[in-house]
Amino acid sequence: MSPLRNLAGAVLLGATLLSGCAVPTVPTLKPWVKPYERERLADPLMKLSRDALPDKHFEHVRSVREGARGATGFQGGGCGCN
Amino acid sequence: MAATRAAIGLWRRLLTLLGGLLGGLLAVHSARAVDLPEDKAEALVHSYIGGGVKANGPALLVRKSVLDKVSLTGSYYMDAVSNASIDVVTSASPYHEVRHEFGVSADYVYRDAQITLGLMSSHEPDYVANTGSLDMTQEVFGGMTTVALGFSRAADKVGKKNSPEFSESARHWQYRLGVTQILTPRWLASLNFEAISDDGFLGSPYRFARVFGAAVPERNPRTRSGRAAKLRLVGDLGNRDAMHVEYRYFTDTWGIKAHTAEIGYSRYFGEKWLADTFVRYYTQRHAIFYSDNAQSETVYVSRNRQLSTFNDMGFGAKLSYDVRKVPGRYDLKLNGTYEYTRFKFKDFTDIRDGSLYGYGANIIQVYLSATY
Repeated sequence: MSPLRNLAGAVLLGATLLSGCAVPTVPTLKPWVKPYERERLADPLMKLSRDALPDKHFEHVRSVREGARGATGFQGGGCGCN
Repeated sequence: MAATRAAIGLWRRLLTLLGGLLGGLLAVHSARAVDLPEDKAEALVHSYIGGGVKANGPALLVRKSVLDKVSLTGSYYMDAVSNASIDVVTSASPYHEVRHEFGVSADYVYRDAQITLGLMSSHEPDYVANTGSLDMTQEVFGGMTTVALGFSRAADKVGKKNSPEFSESARHWQYRLGVTQILTPRWLASLNFEAISDDGFLGSPYRFARVFGAAVPERNPRTRSGRAAKLRLVGDLGNRDAMHVEYRYFTDTWGIKAHTAEIGYSRYFGEKWLADTFVRYYTQRHAIFYSDNAQSETVYVSRNRQLSTFNDMGFGAKLSYDVRKVPGRYDLKLNGTYEYTRFKFKDFTDIRDGSLYGYGANIIQVYLSATY
């Protein structure tokens, strides 16, 4: 078998795998919560942050008294408060 | 007659053209899956009283979309601080100072992505901090997953009152990565990581450490690098109520390791009231160069109790009242929050009597929030 034919075979196999056709495929993961099922998730109760200023105040109070910082979802900013 | 027919023809063509344009615009809007943040205003009065420190002031925030393409936000935050903390009363005189913070940001939405550019400037008599940030969120997987990426860069100028010759600086970098995942029609989870690097003068020019019982100016490393990871779960409990649970782990190159845990419950009462309660616990291990009273000379030494071994526990409650709501026009809410937190230090003593230090703090917020 010529190298050219090998290459053509590899390209064909790759294309087949990529297109997901004619090869027994692993079941693909699909979104399991449909948009019409997300009504409860849109309620203000479910928000990670409802109001920016009071959350910023709590974040500020803690960040100037505790050693840990970050991963709160707030950008934060420097100050000489500690 | 011919002129009338020509006019009617022209009018029809104009209507067709307008219809086409409107249809095109609507098509563009329907292609955009993520909405701009809603127009909003918040007016807050905040207060912190604890450990000899009183910090209070107003804060304002206004957010408005422009041409339905960009949402602009402007904010102002003030801290009026009266400081008679244990550090101050045992080594200096109580003082009063005011901090002003100004912020502007712009949100831009394109299809399933939102880009936010922010600038912030904080001014105190002896400290100026300027921060710039860029954040991006992208909805993927049919809107079930939101990926967030962010970066902040800050530059601080550090001064010292009555010492014009003292001039220092600090720089900060923050890199954020987060994923929010819809788990079920009732449960959400979010996982956030953040890497923070600091460089420059990272202490206080006023604070003293103790070495062999003598007060010496604190000496901190000029670099610090930290990593934080937080997992949060929010669930609808099905009776117009919800709960959240979160945990954060933090570690840095100064040797601090910290754990934060919080659990909260929220519930509607009638059509107008919403109540939230939460309990938060925080604990940390001290920095390697922290000492209440060092018994050897070291390159770095600090008695900053923020770097000591301690824990704090807070209980909080919040009430929101829907003052007036006109669907499609505006919604005005009055809110009040109270939290009590108790700090217990394990290796920081009150040098006046040698006992381990601890104090309670009261945090109060009253604010109006309006969407329009």
